[in-house]
Amino acid sequence: MLKILKQKAVSAPLLRAVVLSSRNYSVSAKQMNVREALNSALDEEMSADHKVFLMGEEVGEYQGAYKVTKGLLQKYGPERVVDTPITEAGFTGIGVGAAYYGLRPVVEFMTFNFAMQAIDHIINSAAKTNYMSSGNISVPIVFRGPNGAAAGVGAQHSQCYAAWYGAIPGLKVLAPYSSEDARGLLKAAIRDPDPVVFLENELLYGEYFPVSEEVLDAGFSIPIGKAKIEKEGKDVSIVAFSKMVGFSLKAAEILAKDGIDAEVINLRSIRPLDRSTINASVRRTNRLVTVEEGFPQHGVGAEICASIVEDSFGYLDAPVERIAGADVPMPYAANLERLALPQVEDIVRAAKRACYRSVPMSAAA
Amino acid sequence: MAQLTQRAATFQRTLSAAVSSTRCLSTASTSPISVETSLPFTGHKIDPPSRSVETTPQELLSFFRDMALMRRMEIAADSLYKAKLIRGFCHLYDGQEAVAVGMEAAITKKDCIITAYRDHCIFLGRGGTLLESFAELMGRKDGCSKGKGGSMHFYKKEGGFYGGHGIVGAQVPLGCGLAFAQKYSKDENVTFAMYGDGAANQGQLFEALNMAALWDLPAILICENNHYGMGTAEWRAAKSPAYYKRGDYVPGLKVDGMDALAVKQACKFAKEHALKNGPIILEMDTYRYHGHSMSDPGSTYRTRDEISGVRQERDPIERIRKLILSHDLATEKELKDTEKEVRKEVDEAIAQAKESPLPDPSELFTNVYVKGLGVEAFGADRKELRAVLP
Repeated sequence: MLKILKQKAVSAPLLRAVVLSSRNYSVSAKQMNVREALNSALDEEMSADHKVFLMGEEVGEYQGAYKVTKGLLQKYGPERVVDTPITEAGFTGIGVGAAYYGLRPVVEFMTFNFAMQAIDHIINSAAKTNYMSSGNISVPIVFRGPNGAAAGVGAQHSQCYAAWYGAIPGLKVLAPYSSEDARGLLKAAIRDPDPVVFLENELLYGEYFPVSEEVLDAGFSIPIGKAKIEKEGKDVSIVAFSKMVGFSLKAAEILAKDGIDAEVINLRSIRPLDRSTINASVRRTNRLVTVEEGFPQHGVGAEICASIVEDSFGYLDAPVERIAGADVPMPYAANLERLALPQVEDIVRAAKRACYRSVPMSAAA
Repeated sequence: MAQLTQRAATFQRTLSAAVSSTRCLSTASTSPISVETSLPFTGHKIDPPSRSVETTPQELLSFFRDMALMRRMEIAADSLYKAKLIRGFCHLYDGQEAVAVGMEAAITKKDCIITAYRDHCIFLGRGGTLLESFAELMGRKDGCSKGKGGSMHFYKKEGGFYGGHGIVGAQVPLGCGLAFAQKYSKDENVTFAMYGDGAANQGQLFEALNMAALWDLPAILICENNHYGMGTAEWRAAKSPAYYKRGDYVPGLKVDGMDALAVKQACKFAKEHALKNGPIILEMDTYRYHGHSMSDPGSTYRTRDEISGVRQERDPIERIRKLILSHDLATEKELKDTEKEVRKEVDEAIAQAKESPLPDPSELFTNVYVKGLGVEAFGADRKELRAVLP
């Protein structure tokens, strides 16, 4: 069955390519970008539950540093959309305390780099409290904001925190890719009674994806802890999250021309990690490539590799391949930055290595 | 004059009561007594409340009993720790009881309290039981956190007690968050966020105070100044140890924290202020007899003379005892009997707590999440020990 896939235009929001797919997206083809998806999710959840409120720098009058919270101050007022001073430790603690009392805060970090100033509250005050109190005090809070590299923002503004937060029992960690992911996962996160770290990606905010009627429904949500197979395949499993899902899909197109049918899995959830979907996929394809933007040591890919080796060792026909960000602080110069981040050709090369094909084969019949 | 008549009346009651052999202290009267605090309050950007505190015989007797109970609990915890029944960290509150007891007298259980790790007595004041306390200290399943928290992590949400926190200073922004939620919910209640002289220098405290003042949150910051942040005296840690002034634009009050009535007056005053005008800082001048924790003898950075001096001059329980005796609200023997009762209560609770079993091994994996989503969690050997989180 031939699938017709057109390239999506990434940087020009006016150019909306229509993406047709036979199975994973419905044919209704309404387009929504990730920013709109997040904004509508916040709007609907605030409307449904008065306990939900937003706080963060510039979320109100500025309409959001990245315009994710645009219009919400006008609609819900300053009690529910709270502009904070530039004091992450303080306002994160205040958010967690409000969650202790029973409110449902959504705390925005302008980027997760700044959340390091507040990480004690995320881990020690939020993640561990339900356990330490044996269920007496729960913490229904969401910490959201852009994570990982943007473009040319340098070393202090480009780190990916998925692996750090993903290690912590008591946290749920989500990483949406598409607009459907953004809407469904953010709604699920806000409704979830546990602390959720919601890792967005600045470069995805302007990207358009098709959304079905179901996705647009106010009651829509995506279950936490379940990965999505974006593209089925039989030769190699490529597991990624956030922006790297897009890169992996592009890599899959290139691999298809060389006769390699890649399966692309969108993790959606870093914690809980959907080990069963990944294992089931590797048991079908027998080969695995993990892709992430973050630092390689102790990364998400390392955990996935260990998990597969423990649970599906006998099914592996090749060593697990990891593609990750370079082991360096992010450089500024455009060429160095490009070298520091995974590119589509890196994913293609790793998949070919996993398939023991360094030389392109003629296309399969 | 009114006081003399009062004294005569109580003297008569005492005389007639002494005749009957069994008089129950719990039927003490609620007729008002006015007592002066031993020291005046000092205000920062605010007019301090009056030194004259309204109380009743019943209140004074309950202060005595409650503080004696707290004192006894902490001393017993010291022995249990030395007997290795309590492990890890154990930070004792003896000497500071007046703060816990005076505060409770001024507020309701709908007001919130949050503190750091020196939390056993605050927990008791919020309605926690001795059994829950000792069982938690010994890591047993009848503990308030089912044995999973330990000394530093006592909680009682239904009593307005939000812990029990191990990270110095973190509880202050959390407390301002509770106040935020109270204001958001239009609850007309306040939050007392307690911290020590050591934590008073934490940056996040000033971040939270700024927001509390900006947004008029009903937050009352209580600095329990026991003059030592672990082993470091206040003058070695703070350029300005006038903690009640550190709020700058936020008003403050300095209070004799060894005087339960002064604490009560200040907290009552602070609650009224916070509901109308936003945050206020109360500095409680208090003292801890024990070291910072059970691993600290408490005598390498202060003299034994200093400790015994405070015990002689300013002990909070002795102060209330003298007040009760001078107002003839009870006899010395009755107060001693109360102390004996309290000791017995504590001993019984310890015996009961010792009977309580350790938590079931399956509890290792409970409460990680409220909603575990059926996810797997692993023990040290993941092939050996794993569980599904409900």
